[in-house]
Amino acid sequence: MAIKVRIPTPLQKLTGDKGEVEVTASNIKELVQSLEKNYPGIKDRLCDETGKIRRFVNIYLNEEDIRFLKQEETQLKSGDEISIVPAIAGGC
Amino acid sequence: MSFLKGLKSKGSGREYPKKALYVCEYDFSPLEADYDYAAIRKVISRERIEQGPRSLWRYRDLLPIDGEPTVGLHSGFTPLVRAERLARELGVDELYIKDDSVCHPTWSFKDRVVSVALTRAKELGFDTVACASTGNLANSVSAHAAKAGLQRYIFIPSNLEKGKVIGSLIYAPHLIAVNGNYDDVNRLCSEIANKYRWGFVNVNLRPYYSEGSKTIGFEIVEQLGWKAPKHIVVPAASGSLITKIWKALKEFEMFGLIKGEMQTKIYCAQAEGCSPIATAILNQSEHVLPVKPKTIAKSLAIGNPADGYYAKDVIRDSGGWAGIVSDDEIRDGIKLLAQTEGIFTETAGGVTLGVAKKLIESGRIPRNESIVLAITGNGLKTHEAIQDVVGEPTLIEANMASFEEKTGLSKSSARV
Repeated sequence: MAIKVRIPTPLQKLTGDKGEVEVTASNIKELVQSLEKNYPGIKDRLCDETGKIRRFVNIYLNEEDIRFLKQEETQLKSGDEISIVPAIAGGC
Repeated sequence: MSFLKGLKSKGSGREYPKKALYVCEYDFSPLEADYDYAAIRKVISRERIEQGPRSLWRYRDLLPIDGEPTVGLHSGFTPLVRAERLARELGVDELYIKDDSVCHPTWSFKDRVVSVALTRAKELGFDTVACASTGNLANSVSAHAAKAGLQRYIFIPSNLEKGKVIGSLIYAPHLIAVNGNYDDVNRLCSEIANKYRWGFVNVNLRPYYSEGSKTIGFEIVEQLGWKAPKHIVVPAASGSLITKIWKALKEFEMFGLIKGEMQTKIYCAQAEGCSPIATAILNQSEHVLPVKPKTIAKSLAIGNPADGYYAKDVIRDSGGWAGIVSDDEIRDGIKLLAQTEGIFTETAGGVTLGVAKKLIESGRIPRNESIVLAITGNGLKTHEAIQDVVGEPTLIEANMASFEEKTGLSKSSARV
């Protein structure tokens, strides 16, 4: 499944300055592996030692936060769009 | 004398200089002030604190500034009120209100965090400060920045209570009302903070700002005679206050300033229409899921709390719990506090008292142990929330007959 992935500015150093890349994956876990294969070092920024997505990294599947779906097991299909967005600090 | 070493990432532990930075480049976790605790240990003592000013700055050794305090010299050091009538009403033995509804100068605990943030902002050379706010922070930054002679841009959701809007406008800031909820305002402010060289107290100055909240915890201990209470109920918006009250207790414990044990349990209080943190705690779930807020407790209406996970961890580490109350229970809480203790708090205070009541009734908080309620803001700022449930004055004509007739007093025996 060809998936479009939007890469946030702080991680673009790892993707050759590309803000959008395309990978093949059938779920989020595979998506991260696929990104790592093409852009080594990116997995460590997205996941902690246990392989879970880091607390302050939000991943949206077609604008929906994957925490509301099946987190790393969330299924993907062709044409899906993924956005990786660092959490925003701030708050009263 | 500065004990501030630098900033440190809460997630990765990476160190950063003590500038206007707030996020770890590596894992996007927040940065926190990093102190030279060994150096502080050599000087800190109960006597040293007791000799300090009657303001939050008596705890200056544990606050993230380099030089002398320049903002908020009268902020903090609010009353810790022994609430005997409320205690009787709730069926508990020992209850205190930490009353930040009278914090100087803008009647909320935000004066603490702003005093620290703006002192640091001046040290860092900012001439313009800003914030994203649900109301109290807006008032506080507007006021303190006016006194400090700083330019001020204040961002709020456009549906904020009138008292809070006027309570910012009076200090002549640039008050920007955004069509959206707080989370929309916050997101925009992140972008603006990246583009303009302004000191956003709760964005790029957040590591300094947030430390000011520790002073509520410090004061509670000092005012209880250097003892830690068994239970503290704290309202949660971003979750920051919960984490900092805990940090305050741990720091005092580390320096041996607390008499007896520190076995304090912290409880998270939120409103039904916006309870991402409390829900995660009550469901014992791993994730804090964002929500779209809908509650009269507008000061707590942050659907995506930046410190949600950390607050959840503190509740777990302290052995505490959480509670959620409805809008009606919030109003009842405000009325109960006013009518038993003469303290008029805003909706966040109603949330705190409402949740405390629930936790006591359910047996989560034992009736025979010391309890402190963190009352964080003043009731006049959110009067819309209770204006329909406080009744009306009794209207009479300017004569005795009318008075006696309308009050029914002529029928009683209370006459000379």
